Amino acid sequence: MTAIAFEPAPGAAPLPRMIAAQSAAETRSLLRNGEQLLLTLIIPLLLLAAFSLEPLVSFGGGISRIDFMTPGVMALAVMSTAFTSQAIATGFERRYGVLKRLGATPLSRGGLITAKTATVIAVELLQAVLIVIVALIIGWRPHAAVAAIVTVPLLILLGTAAFSGLALAMAGTLRAEATLAAANLVYIVLLGVGGVIFPLTKFPDGARHFFELLPTGALSTGLRSVLADGVAFPVGNTVTLLVWAIAAIALAARVFKWE
Amino acid sequence: MSTPAVEISGLVKRYGPATAVDELTLTAARGEVTAILGPNGAGKTTTIEICEGYRRPDQGTVRVLGMKPGCTELRPRVGVMLQSGGIPPAVPAADFLTLLSRFHAHPIDPKALLDLVGLTSVARTPYKRLSGGQQQRLSLAAAVIGRPELVFLDEPTAGMDPQARHATWELISALRGAGVSVILTTHFMDEAERLSDHVAIIDHGRMVAEGTPAELTGSAGQLRFRAATGLDIESLLAALPLSSLAKESPAGHYVVEVPDGAIDPMLLAAVTAWCAEQGVLANSLRIESRTLEDVFLELTGKELRA
Repeated sequence: MTAIAFEPAPGAAPLPRMIAAQSAAETRSLLRNGEQLLLTLIIPLLLLAAFSLEPLVSFGGGISRIDFMTPGVMALAVMSTAFTSQAIATGFERRYGVLKRLGATPLSRGGLITAKTATVIAVELLQAVLIVIVALIIGWRPHAAVAAIVTVPLLILLGTAAFSGLALAMAGTLRAEATLAAANLVYIVLLGVGGVIFPLTKFPDGARHFFELLPTGALSTGLRSVLADGVAFPVGNTVTLLVWAIAAIALAARVFKWE
Repeated sequence: MSTPAVEISGLVKRYGPATAVDELTLTAARGEVTAILGPNGAGKTTTIEICEGYRRPDQGTVRVLGMKPGCTELRPRVGVMLQSGGIPPAVPAADFLTLLSRFHAHPIDPKALLDLVGLTSVARTPYKRLSGGQQQRLSLAAAVIGRPELVFLDEPTAGMDPQARHATWELISALRGAGVSVILTTHFMDEAERLSDHVAIIDHGRMVAEGTPAELTGSAGQLRFRAATGLDIESLLAALPLSSLAKESPAGHYVVEVPDGAIDPMLLAAVTAWCAEQGVLANSLRIESRTLEDVFLELTGKELRA
């Protein structure tokens, strides 16, 4: 046995160091988890390649398949990380008492939420790099105004905030298994009606307007108008996402139970 | 060092119609090991989780190192071992300990600590594939990695094999030696008796008795021996001091007690003299002190582990 000095020397590490450590641990867990990788990287990249290389869906002229698919898959990637993957991971952390245990460490709840946000953004950056590389190889040519440098990150950040709020509201109230089922169901449904691979213009007008008001529809439509149609600032979609972000975070703050 | 480690006063906690903790008052001194002993469902975990800041009292006050349980200032100073769980199942033992070490300013080296609790060989094993005892030891290591002043251990040795239990006892003694205050719950008598400076026995959320193990077990004891069955108890009693009691139970096993008094050398001499006179060879003669288990049985009339 090694002799260890247990003489008390308590003290919290600096907050940025705690957040970095927690976020690195969470990112590592996500990247080691097969189902999570399937959801966040493999499915989006497969859809991107499959639907742009083969005429599986007709988009109705004027736009190449890869130019249509790339913004949609970006929106899907944001949803898969910030919503589905985060909801499932947090739901199980809650169920296994991990959130409870972390509550007894010097890492504050605010610090933990910040770490989770940093994890989501790190995974999204990885997704963005891979999606852009694959899209460029397939032949993606963005038709964007210079303002896209600002509006694309802004749309993605607002979408991330909205999806994260919804994920935490779900994971913080439902049982872990229910969260798993519901998060996957929402993923599949919004994959279908979120303007990701099927153009929302194919739906009847009433349905189309409704789907564009959902976070996935607003994000995919917004990204597509910036990256494919050269719109500088899609006001409607941005406002929609902003409202979702505020409402979802407020909801999560109210209903989230740590234990 | 003037404020106690934990000060509980008139604590009441109810879950619906059930009262889990009922007017509990308890003070745990700094630098001591305090054991909260009681059967399952006695309110041990509820009490300790209120001290950890996880639950709020319905009545009464709880102060930990003089502060409100669970407050930000307190968290680096207090180590917590939950009764179960709290560790992500897929994360290797070493990674979890390293993560927690990064939350602290002067942590113990995770490698050395893993070695101390005997988990070096399973450092890369995910938590869910550790045995129950190994999971407990990892959880214990996590409670002390930040060099806390005070640790709460909720049934630290539950599910451990004898070696692991002894290693855990040694670690707790080392903590005490370093001046760390320890509050632990247990339903093992020997654990409380062996480790603690102060024992609080609780049942149905109420304090049944408290004191040092010696105070609780008192000086009263028993003298036991084996001999042929059917010895004359009346004649034995006549040879002993007036207040003595003697009985044969079971056959061939004899017990001599002095209520409210110690078994002293005179009594031992009187018993052996009587045996010599009777031509009886006493076998396995021994003097036993009361155990906490006897105290508990006496106070509650039931088995502690029931």
